[in-house]
Amino acid sequence: MNLNLLEILSYGFIQRALLAGTLIAVLCSVLGVFLVLRRMSLIGDGLAHVTFGSTAIALALKLYSAASLLVSLPIVLLASLGILKLTEKARLSGDAAIGIVSSLGISAGIILASVGGGYNVDLLSYLFGNILSISSEEVAIAIGLFCVVMVLLALYFQDLFAITFNEELAKVSGIRTNTINAVLVLLTALSVVLAMKLVGIMLISSLLILPAASALQLARSFKGCVAMAAIQGCCSVVSGIFISFYTNLPTSATVMMVNFAFFGSAYLIRRFLISGNNN
Amino acid sequence: MPSPVVRTEKLCCSYRVGRVLEDVSITIEAGDYVGIVGPNGSGKSTLVQALIGLVPISEGSASIFDVPCGRFAGWGRIGYLPQSLHLVNPVFPATVAEVVGLGLLSQKRFPRKLKRQDRQKVLETLESLGICDLREKLIGELSGGQQQRVLLARALVNEPELLILDEPTAALDPETRERFYALIGEINRSRGVTVLLVTHDSGAIGQHATKMLYLDKRVLFYGSFEEFCCSKDMSEMFGTHSQHIICHRH
Repeated sequence: MNLNLLEILSYGFIQRALLAGTLIAVLCSVLGVFLVLRRMSLIGDGLAHVTFGSTAIALALKLYSAASLLVSLPIVLLASLGILKLTEKARLSGDAAIGIVSSLGISAGIILASVGGGYNVDLLSYLFGNILSISSEEVAIAIGLFCVVMVLLALYFQDLFAITFNEELAKVSGIRTNTINAVLVLLTALSVVLAMKLVGIMLISSLLILPAASALQLARSFKGCVAMAAIQGCCSVVSGIFISFYTNLPTSATVMMVNFAFFGSAYLIRRFLISGNNN
Repeated sequence: MPSPVVRTEKLCCSYRVGRVLEDVSITIEAGDYVGIVGPNGSGKSTLVQALIGLVPISEGSASIFDVPCGRFAGWGRIGYLPQSLHLVNPVFPATVAEVVGLGLLSQKRFPRKLKRQDRQKVLETLESLGICDLREKLIGELSGGQQQRVLLARALVNEPELLILDEPTAALDPETRERFYALIGEINRSRGVTVLLVTHDSGAIGQHATKMLYLDKRVLFYGSFEEFCCSKDMSEMFGTHSQHIICHRH
């Protein structure tokens, strides 16, 4: 393909993909730092599977594209609270609760897809995502939800930092840890529903985990870690979109491979440069 | 007469396995340095955790600063340092200054934000404990003794009136442990902070604490070391030799 950068940027679908993609990447990367440190990384996977089930319901109701979010959002928000409640009340560890809600979501999706028959192809497109097909309405929703999540993150940042460091200490500082846990999973649920279009259900958890995991290799402060994760998330989406455009590879998988390359580089830098200097 | 810092009356706590505290009635006055000792499973940690609301009270009552524990909200008046063994995630990317700053959140209202004067307070606290040079280091990169000092700084940064320490030296070597106890004793004397220290090390706290609470689900002894040393009941319980070691170090 012989298009130059300016020509590529003049395409509406590329502009929409870059805008929505970077916003979603920032959300997932920032939340990922809290989730990875709290050993809740796989909640993204669990909620993505619930999103699959909820999308099947939306398609059964003939709601497509942006309209399907009207069904997915409340279901995934409820599922995220369900994971918390199962952990608190049913004497289950977090991973078991995520596993239960996750399998429930994917089973519902499979049953509805099987009964509905005719919309299997639409549903399967959600498995791997397609950011290049994102509509203007979906971009508008992404901008709106990005603003909501970022404002809440800014308001609750210190509380989230405190419960991430140590929940017991946070409680004795007067922080309502149950409320803050609920805020964290609700924000994650919002981001997962948005990210479904970008990377698809199968790869959402990597968008939550990889930028945070890379930042943890190099960060020298908590705020620095959050900033590094957000920057990596943005860079991976932007470069992933361009690489996939030039190479004609699937965008979601390319974004993930770029993220993995960042993680590998961060690990090598820490292993051979930073640790080497300390020895 | 000033009101007590901590008061419990017939306090009982239960887990699924059964009752772990029975009829604990104690009063701790301002400025006391109370060492809480007893065998494993005697309810030492449960007692302090019940006071700060981490463990529910099944019967009886407890109050801090004359406020029933269930309704207590003056978290800025309390500094808490839990057991060190599983406290710090070694890959946690927070600097010492950031961790100590978390101690100030108990004084803040929503949305909690740290200001420039808060950062100054963090530096002053680190300086007072002689660890200002660690402020930019990552907490996970420090030794066990350094981490405990940082977490003590976090507990002290809001200038608490009551300091609760739950086996803070479990992971430390004897020399560091001794220095830590001495530091807590100095904080108690110079700042008038009331201290509740849970420990297995009854001999060591004999040197620093002013009172001893010996628990084995019930209160077996609560009083000053002088009383402990003269108590014939304690001689029968500990044996004369052990009692002598504790009293000698005091």
